[in-house]
Amino acid sequence: MGLTAFLALVRKDLQLFFSDRRSVILTFAVPIAIASFFGSIFRGSGDNAEPATIPIAIVDRDGSAISKAIVSGIHADKSLATSMPALDEARAAVQRGDVAVAVIVPPGFGDTAGRAFLSQGDKPQVDLLFDPSRGAELAMVRGVLTGHVMEAVGKEVFGGAQGRAIVDETLKQLDSSALPAGTRDTLRTLLQSVQQLNQQSGQTGGGGGPAIAVPFRVKEDAVTGGANTQYNGYAHSFAGMGIQFLLFAAIELAMGILIERQLGIWKRFRSAPLSRFTLLAARGASGTIITLLTLLVSFAFAMIVFGVKIHGSVIGFLAIAVACSIMAATFGLLVAALGKTAAATRRVATFAVLIMVMLGGAWVPSFIFPAWLQRITVVIPARWAVDGLDAMTWRGLGLDAAITPTLVLLGFAVLFGVLTVVKFRWEEA
Amino acid sequence: MLAITNLHKSFAAIRAVDGVSFSVERGQLLGLLGPNGAGKTTTVSMIAGLVTPDQGSVTIGGVAVSSDSDPVKRRLGLVPQDLALYDELTARANLRLFGSLYGVSGDALDRAIGSSLTLVGLSDRADDRVKTFSGGMKRRLNLAAGLLHDPDIVLLDEPTVGVDPQSRNAIFDNLEELKSRGKALLYTTHYMEEAERLADRIVIMDHGRVLADDTLSGLRARVPAGADGKASLETLFLTLTGRNLRD
Repeated sequence: MGLTAFLALVRKDLQLFFSDRRSVILTFAVPIAIASFFGSIFRGSGDNAEPATIPIAIVDRDGSAISKAIVSGIHADKSLATSMPALDEARAAVQRGDVAVAVIVPPGFGDTAGRAFLSQGDKPQVDLLFDPSRGAELAMVRGVLTGHVMEAVGKEVFGGAQGRAIVDETLKQLDSSALPAGTRDTLRTLLQSVQQLNQQSGQTGGGGGPAIAVPFRVKEDAVTGGANTQYNGYAHSFAGMGIQFLLFAAIELAMGILIERQLGIWKRFRSAPLSRFTLLAARGASGTIITLLTLLVSFAFAMIVFGVKIHGSVIGFLAIAVACSIMAATFGLLVAALGKTAAATRRVATFAVLIMVMLGGAWVPSFIFPAWLQRITVVIPARWAVDGLDAMTWRGLGLDAAITPTLVLLGFAVLFGVLTVVKFRWEEA
Repeated sequence: MLAITNLHKSFAAIRAVDGVSFSVERGQLLGLLGPNGAGKTTTVSMIAGLVTPDQGSVTIGGVAVSSDSDPVKRRLGLVPQDLALYDELTARANLRLFGSLYGVSGDALDRAIGSSLTLVGLSDRADDRVKTFSGGMKRRLNLAAGLLHDPDIVLLDEPTVGVDPQSRNAIFDNLEELKSRGKALLYTTHYMEEAERLADRIVIMDHGRVLADDTLSGLRARVPAGADGKASLETLFLTLTGRNLRD
């Protein structure tokens, strides 16, 4: 009797779910649409897409060899998209949000920077006009700019015409400087050596002496599922949105139970010779099936359309997906156990899910969070689900990496299930 | 067939049912009357296993219900006051579910569904969604849903609320048919004329207690006859329960 009823209850939930075609389409289409949007933003540069660049403006008010070298270096930098407007236009571009940062190289920059490089002279000021909503990009531009300035100034000082003039002038002014005598002598020796080096370089037509440059090269190698595996940002966005809408589907499960209560249908269930376990387990099973479908349909779309692949363990992926669905179904049961009316419960539950998925890294990867937040979000099941699915897709980790998230998600399911049994209102007055 | 003995139930400080006892025999319809808040629905809920009594017992064919999944509950059929149906499903799908809850399956379930639909006159609408039904049709389907497992006892909680006279009359015919099949029926209602027409015995409750338990003629004998020479059940009801509003 129990199994017949169990299967009938599960079938009924599936019939109800599929009887509302509009709801079915929304259930599957909305997460796909949102995940596609987020995926297009966070897809990364590995999939032959145009690399992400920071738009900046540079205004060279100096025009010296050094400032021209800086501008040239920045132009060539593949992480920046550089324009060269006039000062007013640069400021307006920042205000409009067209560029993240405007770099203003002041008049006399080359001379002052060269002197400051060789002695303790005044340092010239480079103005950075920036969009306050793009602070992270400001930091990146500052770093890139520093590298190009150091390279341009060093190269000019040790070989360029402007650099020779600066060295000569600095030597002449050295006696009148406020430096301690010992330091002054050491610096004189150094500058004379540079002068000699510049002369030798000029005689041999070497085109310049040793330049100050970044003393290393960078080879960028994305660590993904394999040597030839490119990062696909859609994998993360579909994991995140899949989890979010899987939890929304769980709320619908809860709404179904609360509406059944309101309609008096739950009275029929309770008057039948069925155990409480049968009633809850049937709802849990149908909820698991529906939430799993939500997740799998989303990923199937991502695989077909966006080329998302399971580079890790397929079994691990399925284990995490099933565990996640069981967790979501028991979460839905808990919502039903705690809820009073469908309308009021939906609002609270939706808020709870949004918080859960936000903290779980479903919207933006959790590594963006502050360290303390990253530590405490391990208590959020969505975090384990998203990280677990990431591990099985683009990170390409093996089955062993699926074990912990699967067990943790099942642990959450047990916790939600126990709370449901404790809090569920069984009496139908 | 159904025996209720000294049932008690309180909700916080409110004593909803206070020592109620009565019985219903095979082929008998017992009308359970009472004003709002009298304790009728709580009593039916305790019989159906929806609410656990604080005290007292419910026995079905002499057997007490011991647990939620006790097979003896299969002898009970509940027709709730609410239209406890899924609007999005067809009548047949609704009945298939509710029959399955009692372990009925396969051909037996198909036959039970056909028989119940025939009884309530909805055979030709079996595959239509319930949301397309009128209120009266839903009421009749609500009745059919409680009969699929051929229970010996049918609990009917105000089964004619909000239906037109035609559907109400059809439901009455259905109940007469069930009585003739030997079912024990417990019927709660606010309508005196329904009790007068259908009930073999009437229990009047108020404030959680049984005020009267007798046949219609026995109850009528308790009050003076009216102008037509008959005593009115309504007069007795108002005499026993008072004329104060019970909102």
